[in-house]
Amino acid sequence: MLVPIMLLLVGLGTVVFHFVSPWWWTPIASNWGYIDDTIILTFWVTGVVFVGVVLFIAWCTYRYRYQKGKKADYEPENAKLEWWLTILTTIGVAAMLAPGLWVWNDFVTVPEDAAEFEVVAKQWEWTYRFPGKDGKLGTTDAKYINDDNPFGINPKDKNGRDDILIDDGEVHLPINQPVKVLLRSIDVLHDFGIVQFRAKMDMVPGTVTSFWFTPTRIGEFDVLCFELCGVGHYAMRGMVVVDSVSDFQAWLDEQPTFAQSLAEAESDSDKSSNRVFSEASSPDREIAR
Amino acid sequence: MAYVAPAEVEQIPPAEVEDVELYHAKSWVTKYVFSQDAKVIAIQYSATAIAIGLVGLVLSWLMRLQLGFPELFDFIEPSDYYQFITVHGMIMVIYLLTALFLGGFGNYLIPLMVGARDMVFPYVNMVSYWVYLGAVILLIVSFFVPGGATGAGWTLYPPQAILSGTPGSEGGIILMLVSLALFIIGFTMGGLNYVVTVLQARTRGMTLMRLPLTIWGIFTATVLALLAFPALLVGAVMMTFDKLLGTSFFMPALVEMGVYLDYGGGSPLLFQHLFWFFGHPEVYIVALPAFGIVSDLISVHARRHIFGYRMMVWAIVGIGALSFVVWAHHMYVSGMNPWFGFFFATTTLIIAVPTALKVYNWTLTLWKGNIRFTLPMLFALAFIVTFVNGGITGLFLGNVVVDVPLSDTMFVVAHFHMVMGVAPLLVVFGGIYHWFPLITGRMLHEGMGQFHFWVTFIGAYTIFLPLHYLGFLGVPRRYFEMGETNFIPESAQDLNAFVTVVALTVGVAQIVFFINLFWSLKNGKLAGHNPWKACSLEWRTAHVPPRHGNFDDLPVVYRWAYDYGVPGADEDFIPQDVPPDRVSTGKGEV
Repeated sequence: MLVPIMLLLVGLGTVVFHFVSPWWWTPIASNWGYIDDTIILTFWVTGVVFVGVVLFIAWCTYRYRYQKGKKADYEPENAKLEWWLTILTTIGVAAMLAPGLWVWNDFVTVPEDAAEFEVVAKQWEWTYRFPGKDGKLGTTDAKYINDDNPFGINPKDKNGRDDILIDDGEVHLPINQPVKVLLRSIDVLHDFGIVQFRAKMDMVPGTVTSFWFTPTRIGEFDVLCFELCGVGHYAMRGMVVVDSVSDFQAWLDEQPTFAQSLAEAESDSDKSSNRVFSEASSPDREIAR
Repeated sequence: MAYVAPAEVEQIPPAEVEDVELYHAKSWVTKYVFSQDAKVIAIQYSATAIAIGLVGLVLSWLMRLQLGFPELFDFIEPSDYYQFITVHGMIMVIYLLTALFLGGFGNYLIPLMVGARDMVFPYVNMVSYWVYLGAVILLIVSFFVPGGATGAGWTLYPPQAILSGTPGSEGGIILMLVSLALFIIGFTMGGLNYVVTVLQARTRGMTLMRLPLTIWGIFTATVLALLAFPALLVGAVMMTFDKLLGTSFFMPALVEMGVYLDYGGGSPLLFQHLFWFFGHPEVYIVALPAFGIVSDLISVHARRHIFGYRMMVWAIVGIGALSFVVWAHHMYVSGMNPWFGFFFATTTLIIAVPTALKVYNWTLTLWKGNIRFTLPMLFALAFIVTFVNGGITGLFLGNVVVDVPLSDTMFVVAHFHMVMGVAPLLVVFGGIYHWFPLITGRMLHEGMGQFHFWVTFIGAYTIFLPLHYLGFLGVPRRYFEMGETNFIPESAQDLNAFVTVVALTVGVAQIVFFINLFWSLKNGKLAGHNPWKACSLEWRTAHVPPRHGNFDDLPVVYRWAYDYGVPGADEDFIPQDVPPDRVSTGKGEV
């Protein structure tokens, strides 16, 4: 009797744990509520199957437990039953896949009014770049990267001169404005992810990746790296602050442009290293010992 | 109703080729060390795989110590932690599970179950093991080179795998890649053997549709491995070139710790495609043998034929074929063209259909059976529960848009541990309890086995079920510590501590299993012939344990491997080699 009871307990215990678990997703702060809905739908479809299968096994182990001298039923195949199970399973799978693909279509279709900004990752920090007044980001290349130009912006590209650079890990975004995040890495793979936005994407050196979302809640949201990027991976943190439009604009106006930061660098005579960041300017390097 | 004809009288074809003369070992060394007997090679493979698996287990303890009590263990540095997770993953997936299922169970069971005297190429089979052992040794050595083993994660993604921000990016990564290459070479020698033996060395009457599902699982998995491992091999070779020769297969123009490197034009995503073109079939290289073995365990111990045998065979083959067109579901947020998501989500969810059918057929085998709660049956039941649990979370991750928030979180860790860690290992245990009497002639101790089962099943389930919920919360995987965030509550750390305690307990309880193995070798109850009353040929040898050459006279097969509960027969099972006119029915013939 122990076996059917334990199977029953495991099946029911799983359901109970699901409903009483204090660990659940964070309140959403973006437009991707449909993703949460798809997860809930998947929970219901798969949950019913899981509970059904476990309870059926528990019942079988009780009802058909060994009895001396008894013989099992002999019915090697049952085409009708197998067809029904195939059809029902296919319907269940389609019921999850169809809404999933529909939402994915939204996810990969960037709205036309989306504003663009860029996230640039390096081991192990986040930096950001907004287009300046011209609304265009300057072109970049890894070969331009040096201490004065950590973003690798092409100095000859006029579009880049007015780009606004944020070099301290915290970025602000205006509420309810769809944004397309352009993702760039200068060294290894990283992944720009914000749990409350339900979205993330790898950044791949040599190419620019992207995704879009609309922040829908004012607040501060942790940026975590979700792709193993070396020994400091876990400590690669940033912050997205979602502001009202006016607060955002005020914040943005205080940030330096590429031209300004270049001018500042030239006036700074105490330059010797041609590295992107010296030991002192990058505390995370200590993690690597 | 269409049966897989159980006992139709048919013409058994005469032997087409003469019985082969095997190489007979003349010394202790050629009998037990450089052995060409598949059964000895199987034990060598299994012992080596389990030994390295224990190293993987200890590495998981060290990881769990860090995750559960991040302030307490000063000796675990971030670089150590990343080395632990990397080598743990690599060991468990490749050096333990792949080697144990194919090299261990495959070598032991294929010749016996198809009615052959040995593998078709015994010498190559022997070399296969020794190359595998070399690969394992190199993996261990990599811990002791300057810089230590690689800490790039078991996926070894470039560029970071070969750049200085990653532990072991000097010697460790190279030894890892060379070890993988060796493993693949060794596996290929064994794998060709398994495939050719199944196709060419079956005894008379053993048609493909009479093979036990264990053989179908191992056979299909081996075919997958022969097709998938080359993608990993070329990936490993190309990355070694990038590291040592300065080529740029996977390396774009980039900056390493502020220094512009002399690379350019390569694609990190190309490696990911190569890796997962191997990596996804690899999941089924582990799962299909488990599917096959568990089918046989359930059938034998439920005293009932497997339900829907033909469906089971086609499901194995179908899953194997589909597993080659789903690989990029590991790359939904890799930055590849997002339109691929539609294709790979669809193929991935299609694979759920044959997989679900297998689950149904296992449960329908139990239905109307006469279920004995033997140790193998307990492990088989536990497999169904954990596999269904791990399978349905795969439907979350496979459905591209649902994967976006869950990808690279603890949800993924929980999912793959449940589905390709816990579930297949439960089958490994079930298989060992089932075939130990054949291998040694003695039964394993029931009481120790019961203890081992309950602690392992309930414990493993308790470890991995809650970790899914940390993933929902958004806790990333591969984090040395969660650190400060504004969304992870304190209780998440309590959960981590709890999981660590359970993991250590389950780990230590495995000692009972090993005591049982060694104690029963000498003291176990004598098993005799066919203690489980099974139908398949491995139990029909003249001697237990079977000797070199397996059978005295090669058996002739008259029926499928699942003639349990045949109406009219006196006993509740009819072995495969019993001719229709020899089945005792109390009143003559069936």
